[in-house]
Amino acid sequence: MNSFSYVRVRDVSSAVNEAAMDTAAKFIAGGTNLIDLMKEDVARPDRLVDINRIPLNRIEQTSDGGLRLGALVTNSDTAYNEQVEKRYPLLSRAILSGASAQLRNMATNGGNLMQRTRCYYFYDTATPCNKREPGTGCSAIDGFNRMHAVLGTSEQCIAVFPSDMCVALAALEAIVRVTGKNGDRNIPFADFHRLPGDTPQIDTNLQPDEIITSIDLPPKGFADHHAYLKVRDRHSYAFALVSVAAALEMDGNKIKEARLALGGVAHKPWRNREAEALLKGRTVTPDNFQAVAEVIMHDAKGFGDNTFKIDLAKRAIVRALKHAAQMEARS
Amino acid sequence: MKRPIEFESARRVTPSPQRTQITLNVNGSEKRLNVAPWTTLLDLLREHLDLTGTKKGCDHGQCGACTVLVDGKRINSCMTLAIMKDGSNVTTIEGLAHNGTLHPLQQAFIDCDAFQCGYCTPGQICSALGLIREGHAETPDEIRELMSGNICRCGAYPNILAAIQQTIKTTKGV
Repeated sequence: MNSFSYVRVRDVSSAVNEAAMDTAAKFIAGGTNLIDLMKEDVARPDRLVDINRIPLNRIEQTSDGGLRLGALVTNSDTAYNEQVEKRYPLLSRAILSGASAQLRNMATNGGNLMQRTRCYYFYDTATPCNKREPGTGCSAIDGFNRMHAVLGTSEQCIAVFPSDMCVALAALEAIVRVTGKNGDRNIPFADFHRLPGDTPQIDTNLQPDEIITSIDLPPKGFADHHAYLKVRDRHSYAFALVSVAAALEMDGNKIKEARLALGGVAHKPWRNREAEALLKGRTVTPDNFQAVAEVIMHDAKGFGDNTFKIDLAKRAIVRALKHAAQMEARS
Repeated sequence: MKRPIEFESARRVTPSPQRTQITLNVNGSEKRLNVAPWTTLLDLLREHLDLTGTKKGCDHGQCGACTVLVDGKRINSCMTLAIMKDGSNVTTIEGLAHNGTLHPLQQAFIDCDAFQCGYCTPGQICSALGLIREGHAETPDEIRELMSGNICRCGAYPNILAAIQQTIKTTKGV
């Protein structure tokens, strides 16, 4: 770990001031990813701004009937929150399928959004990586790339965003509330994370002086018809090869609205609204689900070791939709 | 492929450690400690307080050997900076026995032969204590899933599961 200074802040404006004063400073909350990256010398902040004592640790109703998840509520407390379990079970499922109980007790909601890729070349400072050291090249494109992206890649980077929680948040169309030097703004979840393009070192559209204050869930929780399917090398405590968050609104056997978000396949949770629209008014049949899966994965590109993800994702989409549609029948 | 010639960190002069005084309540006794900001809670326990029951396995939050309870919740002490926990209550394996009597979980691990080499055991027991307090695991599958953050290289998992089940059965509110 490099040498750094440490400061503890107790309110949002002090945090914003600290970040605005020193662009090499980093916020620390749970620390489950940042401390690991510092131990590996991938992250070398010269100052840590400890935000844990800022009172952003509550889950509360919003005036529109949704739910506000404080940025500093832990992943565990969010997943087991009574309101989240009842109204947004898709989110609970997604959170509990990630990491371990210990890590979920530490990791915060804001930190989950800000975690970096687990690409092994990003972690290995002896190898070139455009995300870690821009302009050095991507070692994964012609290297071992079993875990890497098949959608939205660029010639600079094929890393995947590793979160499970964020896949559910994408499907639920959460709003990320942030505060910076220029005040507050709301970022729709789909616009929070970026595709790599020519600047893979920038993961999100959060500005350097901005801090996440909450993640707001809209009233619609899809509690009756949802599924989070995670396919991975180990049954527990492993990152997704492919994951699918499916959320449906049903009218009998007909689909009124469908949301699908994919994890493990891209640099951000992957949505395809055109494909989702194809399901509107359709009945629950394997053919209809297969057609949507084909559209979503149409432009997918494999890099050798990870090419299997394209077919795997199609099958996972079909299965997740089936589970979501059949929920009522099963209960 | 092009390689970076010079890293920013190589040019930076490392300042001498700034130490900060923190207070931790460790296993019921209050400790005032001077720590550098980069000292992990794990290193603090082992190197500063000689509480070597808590183990360093991977040092990356993957194996669970460093599991302790902070303010009653199980966490990976290797992924926590000690300075972040100023004012907290920390419970380690050394703090579980009471007046010379083993904690029910410790006794259950012995009864069920739930370890071979024993290196992961302090973390397993602290994690199991957290698991029982959280109250989300009843079935064997639920216990397995919620103990997945603790790796046992000897493969004592069936007996670890049995020890936890025994403790859940025989105690309430441990």
